[in-house]
Amino acid sequence: MNKCVERLYNGIVKENPTLVLTLGMCPTLAVTTSAINGAGMGLASTVVLALSNLIISMLRKIIPDRVRMPAYIVIVASFVTMVQFLMEGFVPSLYASLGIYIPLIVVNCIILGRAEAYASKNPPIPSLFDGIGMGLGFTLALTALGAFREVLGAGTIFGFNFLAKNTTSFQPITIFVMAPGAFFVLAMLVALMNRIKDKKGKPIKDICRDDGCLSCPNLTCNGRKNSTEEVAK
Amino acid sequence: MKTLLLIAVGSALVNNVVLSQFLGLCPFLGVSKKIKTASGMGAAVIFVITVSSFLAALIYKYVLVALDLTYLNTIVFILVIAALVQFVEMVLKKFSPSLYQALGVYLPLITTNCAVLGVALTNVSKNYDIGTSVVNGLGTSVGFTIAIVILAGIRERNEYNDVPKSFRGMPITLITAGLMAIAFLGFSGII
Repeated sequence: MNKCVERLYNGIVKENPTLVLTLGMCPTLAVTTSAINGAGMGLASTVVLALSNLIISMLRKIIPDRVRMPAYIVIVASFVTMVQFLMEGFVPSLYASLGIYIPLIVVNCIILGRAEAYASKNPPIPSLFDGIGMGLGFTLALTALGAFREVLGAGTIFGFNFLAKNTTSFQPITIFVMAPGAFFVLAMLVALMNRIKDKKGKPIKDICRDDGCLSCPNLTCNGRKNSTEEVAK
Repeated sequence: MKTLLLIAVGSALVNNVVLSQFLGLCPFLGVSKKIKTASGMGAAVIFVITVSSFLAALIYKYVLVALDLTYLNTIVFILVIAALVQFVEMVLKKFSPSLYQALGVYLPLITTNCAVLGVALTNVSKNYDIGTSVVNGLGTSVGFTIAIVILAGIRERNEYNDVPKSFRGMPITLITAGLMAIAFLGFSGII
């Protein structure tokens, strides 16, 4: 039981996928135009992450090593399709606002990353909790980013307008809910993390290597450790 | 013809795949340190997205719709893309080693590039026919190449600037990308 709690803590705080590992940046930037969208995307990913971790862990001794990536992708894609239809049926408005980013959960680095790094080496129950912890960490980060952008960009939070009517003291900065705002918010966030690391005396390392491999080390590079420039030599 | 041109310009500039839809962000930020590698990545992406949107549209029309299996589209598309990338890598290695040298290192990175799957799914959700899908794929990937080459150009200059310590590396690149996104908002008037 202790192990399960440790997994939850690890996913939410210690190795938070968005804030610490900086994985899965595409959906992070695209859907955080409001807190609700962020939470919806986070929860959809949590369901997929937990269930695919569970199934992959149960099948870890059956799937041959050489075809594990395609096998994982099929398992993840099946769960994504199920979640997609459930959302289309039960929360159609959220489904419409998240749109194409729901099926794109398949290529979210966090999911295949956890499958490769944890579920393929550990028993089912800890893997399930690892998925839930990582998913909740992702959900919290997305909700916080979404709330931040929504407050600054639209003057609302969770769709609730907190501004007094006809107020002139605060004009919403529309750019924050548009595409460029996402880049600015993430830039500030990464700079803040760098600052904290710097204060603690830890080295600042680039979150993206020149071959993009750090963003998804297990999958995109097929386990390759050298950067493109080293390979070109 | 006119609608095709509008779709191409729209997906290349107005709804730029990285700067307004945030697809393919990992290679956009990761492979944009030098103009040379950025244009190599851009060429590989143009090739893979154009071919994969053709294949995906073909399979969707003649296999998935014909057999009434359209709900399997996400699974089928990701497998087709992964297989295509592997196949292209093998063919290039065998028949054109020089091209493989130039593009080969980027190919494995493209499988999980969400832009490739994103284009295939967009084509389906907008009910594009096969020709329109290819044009949309070509436009999208040209837009990706334009954005990544511009970013690489700016980053090469940025090397010489005195950036505050916390902003070095990724944060200043993200701010550059945000400013580019503002500039690209200006294209929304042309359609």
